[in-house]
Amino acid sequence: MTAKIPILKMGDYLLISIQVDMHDQLALDLQEDLTEQIVRHSAKGVLIDISALEIVDSFIGRTLSHIASVARILDAKVIVVGMQPAVAITLVELGLSLDGIATALNVEKGMAWLQRNVNEGLRVEAERDDDRDAAAETGD
Amino acid sequence: MTTTETLPLKQETDIVTIRQRVRKAAEDARLGLVSQTKIVTAASEIARNGLIYGGGGQCLIERTQREGRAAVRLVIIDHGPGIANLEQAMTDGYTSGNGLGLGLSGARRLVDAFEIASQPGQGTSVEMWKWK
Amino acid sequence: MTVTVLAELLQQNETALLDRWIAVQRAAGIDPNRLDDRSITDNARDLLHALVRAISEGGDDIEHPQWRPVKQLLERLSHVHSQQGFPPTETATFVLSLKEPLFRLIQKSDGNTIELLWACTRLFDQLGLFTMQAYMASREQVIREQQESMLELSTPVVQLWKGVLAVPLIGSLDSNRTQVVMEALLQKIVDTESDIAIIDITGVPTVDTMVAQHLLKTITAAKLMGAKCIISGIRPQIAATIVHLGVELGDVVTKASLADAFQLALRELNVRLVANRLGA
Repeated sequence: MTAKIPILKMGDYLLISIQVDMHDQLALDLQEDLTEQIVRHSAKGVLIDISALEIVDSFIGRTLSHIASVARILDAKVIVVGMQPAVAITLVELGLSLDGIATALNVEKGMAWLQRNVNEGLRVEAERDDDRDAAAETGD
Repeated sequence: MTTTETLPLKQETDIVTIRQRVRKAAEDARLGLVSQTKIVTAASEIARNGLIYGGGGQCLIERTQREGRAAVRLVIIDHGPGIANLEQAMTDGYTSGNGLGLGLSGARRLVDAFEIASQPGQGTSVEMWKWK
Repeated sequence: MTVTVLAELLQQNETALLDRWIAVQRAAGIDPNRLDDRSITDNARDLLHALVRAISEGGDDIEHPQWRPVKQLLERLSHVHSQQGFPPTETATFVLSLKEPLFRLIQKSDGNTIELLWACTRLFDQLGLFTMQAYMASREQVIREQQESMLELSTPVVQLWKGVLAVPLIGSLDSNRTQVVMEALLQKIVDTESDIAIIDITGVPTVDTMVAQHLLKTITAAKLMGAKCIISGIRPQIAATIVHLGVELGDVVTKASLADAFQLALRELNVRLVANRLGA
């Protein structure tokens, strides 16, 4: 069990694409790795692509929720993208709604969401700096 | 027209194998994609229960017929401590471990027929059906 | 032993039996437009041959493997009949009408006729039942297939705008149909990368608890996939039913009409429609 799910860094974001049928330990490893990497790279956003996952059972669902909660505490936004319709229907029937996890249809839309939401925070900070630095300019 | 196989349930990776074999059986029975996903997810839940709380056992996968419809039948057996209060164990949110307590009750909602039998000290057996 | 005698009788009197059998089938009122003499004769001869072999090798136990060719023949015939819309009686008549000519033959033969008659009756009753069963199974399959294709036909998921889908539901919803529609909708969301789906139930007369639950589950599933659903066109009676049933719609967005829902969808997508001054 040396296989691991790769975590890619891209700017302020971490990208994960789950391409294997995850066993429980693999999910737990991912959770641990990701937490560590968020801190190491001071990542602002995490995108998890699950379009290749054929099922999400309560264990994987719980792992995703857990990752989102930990990331939130570490000030990173998490978005889960690409859940298949059959998987979503099954998850709902199972009784899991993954409350508090942001979702998007695909990687592209997920990235756009991260950019909107992460940059929102950064822009506010930048604007405040502008206000302080250049009083003559009208901030826009 | 009936094919049967029995898989071991001894370690975590066995759950993955069971999922894959159940998927294959459901595909062969030509169940719809949503039905396939439901029975595979139910198998995953029950197999994990059997491993964690029952200390392992085995899983029987059968592709068969039910009232003239193609069907998949699963029987997952463990030899663990068993469940003393089945009614309680089948309630949403009830858990004896640290899970969400959706395993048994959730799996039951995913399949067309669900039968559980358990004797304290004798282990637990869960039978599940999904048909076309 | 009796069955071997039966096999011999069938074999030795083939031509006479065939003639008589076909006459009986005609007399039983099989419509000549549906089945010409040629196919009746062919079917009858095939079955007779298969019967002789089955009886002489497999005895009177129709579960015996030697009986398989006979059963396959009957299954095929029943299947064709049910596909072509033959009434079940005509299908059963085919096998059962062999009884009469056979009984006459047995009457004329010597030996233990009663015993032979009994064996014969039992055998043909079984075959008759088997035929009916095959006919019914085939019919059920036809019905199921028709149902499925009807369901698919009745589920148009249409694109209103880039990123906006709509399903106008019309007619009564049972949980089966709702499920099919909803699966189609979710798949279309993925295929068209649509952020918003409008479920319009203007044309739905009533909603029961199961259907309301299915709608809710779909909305939750869409949310898990990253899309948003809007329900439009809820009639006053349905609104009352939903409240009465205690179905919790939670944070589901509802709009009075499809137009209102579409407007909301466009607003969410930051699309603004501007009237053309020149045209005005």
